[in-house]
Amino acid sequence: MSQVTRRELFPGVWLRAVHTSKFKSSYLSITLLAPLDKKTAGANALIPEVLRRGTAVHPDMESLSAALDELYGGAIEPVVRKKGETQCVGFVSSFLDDAYALEGENILEPAAGLLCELLLKPCTEDGAFCSDYVAGEKANLIDRIRAQINDKRTYAVQRLTQEMCRYEAFGADKLGDEESVSAITPGDLWQRYQALLREARVEVYYCGSADPDRVAEALRVALEKLPVNEERVDPGCDVRVSAGPEPILVEEAMDVSQGKLALGFRTGGLTCWEEDYPALTMCNAIFGGTTLSKLFMNVREKLSLCYYASSMMEKMKGLVLVSSGIEFDKYQTAKDEILAQLKAIQDGQIETWELEGVRRTLIGGYLSTLDDQGRQEEFWLGQAAAGLDTTIEELAAQFETVTREQVAAAARQLVLDTIYFLKGKEG
Amino acid sequence: MEQLNFARVGETMYHEKLENGLNVFVFPKPEFQKGYAFFATNYGGMDMRFCLNGEWRNTPAGVAHYLEHKMFDTQEGNALQDLAANGASPNAFTSNDITGYYFDSTEKFEENLRILLSFVSVPWFTQESVDKERGIIGQEIGMIEDDPHWKCYMNLMKALFQRHPIRVSVAGSVESIARITPETLYACHKAFYDPANMVLCVAGPVDPEHICAVAREILPKQAGPIAAKDYGEKEQPRVAQPLIEERMEVSAPIFQLGWKGDAQVNGEARLRQELVGELALEVLLGNSSPLYARLYREGLINQEFGYSYESSFGCAFLAADGESRDPQAVRMAVAEEAARIGREGVDPSLWERVKKGVYGNRVRGLNSFEHLCVGQTQAFFAGYDFLRFAELFGSITREEAEELIAGWVTEERTALSVVRAREEGQ
Repeated sequence: MSQVTRRELFPGVWLRAVHTSKFKSSYLSITLLAPLDKKTAGANALIPEVLRRGTAVHPDMESLSAALDELYGGAIEPVVRKKGETQCVGFVSSFLDDAYALEGENILEPAAGLLCELLLKPCTEDGAFCSDYVAGEKANLIDRIRAQINDKRTYAVQRLTQEMCRYEAFGADKLGDEESVSAITPGDLWQRYQALLREARVEVYYCGSADPDRVAEALRVALEKLPVNEERVDPGCDVRVSAGPEPILVEEAMDVSQGKLALGFRTGGLTCWEEDYPALTMCNAIFGGTTLSKLFMNVREKLSLCYYASSMMEKMKGLVLVSSGIEFDKYQTAKDEILAQLKAIQDGQIETWELEGVRRTLIGGYLSTLDDQGRQEEFWLGQAAAGLDTTIEELAAQFETVTREQVAAAARQLVLDTIYFLKGKEG
Repeated sequence: MEQLNFARVGETMYHEKLENGLNVFVFPKPEFQKGYAFFATNYGGMDMRFCLNGEWRNTPAGVAHYLEHKMFDTQEGNALQDLAANGASPNAFTSNDITGYYFDSTEKFEENLRILLSFVSVPWFTQESVDKERGIIGQEIGMIEDDPHWKCYMNLMKALFQRHPIRVSVAGSVESIARITPETLYACHKAFYDPANMVLCVAGPVDPEHICAVAREILPKQAGPIAAKDYGEKEQPRVAQPLIEERMEVSAPIFQLGWKGDAQVNGEARLRQELVGELALEVLLGNSSPLYARLYREGLINQEFGYSYESSFGCAFLAADGESRDPQAVRMAVAEEAARIGREGVDPSLWERVKKGVYGNRVRGLNSFEHLCVGQTQAFFAGYDFLRFAELFGSITREEAEELIAGWVTEERTALSVVRAREEGQ
């Protein structure tokens, strides 16, 4: 079985190592955890993309590609994620596990070396990032930001979050906004990069057959050039316990053929740090988190009120967000029905097949995470951002004992805060 | 059961041929939570003409795919829902060569396996349900026909091959599926869904003997006759037409380039050709080849560029696809690079590098149970074991890749398919 350990490599630089020989590959990621802030989000998101273009040693895609071939066709991807009010930027990578190298050579050490070279030794001109790379990746990032707007389903939830959390850091998007990304110069970006390297907490993740001591040593060597700082910042997360006295309604009109209705609930401070968190997770799964859920089975399938209807949970912020696609004139009916489904859960109207089906789905989902290196990495990064140490197996086990009454009690914590409605333009 | 060890990639495969002719392969994975089962027949979109019990029969294009859609119907209801209710994620696909049904689940694996084996082996079609499906499949065909990438690929097949049935879309056309009746479906099920023409491949925390016991219990006891297939006359090396163009809704011209190869007979020779073909592509135009870097710099290709070796029974080819403002220039550049390799040979350090890269990617791919089980099933139908690549790989030489490039990347074997944007007013 796999063994999970955690240790501090340097002050504020942590290694989570999953020691297992069940995979053919080793998974290695390095992530800088920065407080999510509208002002820095765009630049932070741009940094790994620019870094991935070339290093002082491997200055272009061609030489990087050759270096990866030498490491048995490894893959390194830049990535930006949002965990609560923490913006996580860095790289995820996958390499052939040492056990399968043809000449018995080590792959871990040179792989860790290349990964950290990307992070720490960028290709520069005039003491900053190469202007070509910055310009190219700015254009790519702006394309990605616009693509989010084109996908109205994502856009509606994003707008809901923005409006609902307009006075909270959580309102910012992980990619930043087009305006601030457009304004970034190579010099600005260089300063932001230096600040990140100096101040951000660093999470390193490894999953593979190497002994954790060896992994730690390989990373200590590879991260030698990282500035030493005793006071790297632990990002926090503000939890607003209650919603306002009345739900806020935000309406927008665009040239669309299908309406989007998104509802944002506050969980009254019920988050991943609370004892009742497993009950809240089950509550969300029964409400709209699975294909067995009330929103899917009743609102979509039985009543055909929505093209889609689902809910998701922001475990650190204590939010439950409902997303649905509706005919423009179904606004009131759909909203009433979504709230009626929640009311049913609050009243304990949960069929045994719903409760047990969702329990099995959640447990199966958590346990199958153990079969996938990338999903495990995602899980542990979430735990790191939340400062939690609970394992996948422990969480899965917690679902076994959640009762109907506990689910109903969690549901009663939910209060509607903001409604976002995207409708068509008249005429 | 027969036990095969592939030590180099750390895999053990159990194999048994049951009394009814079914070949069962099992990869025990005690450390994993999830189990995966793949049940497939050696029958795909290109198997339109066949002979059963001495009688030759021509069937419309799209029957294999139509069958795949209808197999989930059972006398009691729908197997898809039964599996989903058990926490399994089921699905199916039809390719040119095979039709496969699968699920994965962390719980109730055996119960799910029984459902899978049962619904695939027991057909249940009515006139009404078959007619209803025609509309659904018709919509699916309409959707893929609007997809420029699919169109570009199908056009390439028409340009490369004179008569091989790979020229025909797996889903068929609205006209061809209009001729499919419950009788057609029953006849094709009978011809190809016999255990003796099928493979069951399972990976997960399972006991191989137990998998065989379940298969013995659910499936027919005796092997039936298997239909003989006919793909027409052997293909000539020359392509059917060197260029095929079409206009659709695209923002930039997209292209598929194909180089027609000589198909291998079933057996390990097919695996060897696949490995040589993949390596040849890497040195000719792969991500770390000099040609790729040049085309990228000159703006003739972008990140959408991809390439692959493809083969089915009776046909083999290399393909490269992407977006380009000038697909003809890409074609010319590849021809020139092939000629240069012909003169100078492949750079030995590039060769060693791409060999490592291709090998590592293949091994990493084995993390996926789906990849492993589908791979073994297809390999078995083609006459070899999927994991044999690990042993064969080291013996592949630079000369073999050079020879393949010299033999295939020639004027008469090259076809180019382009989809351009519609002109103003069209």
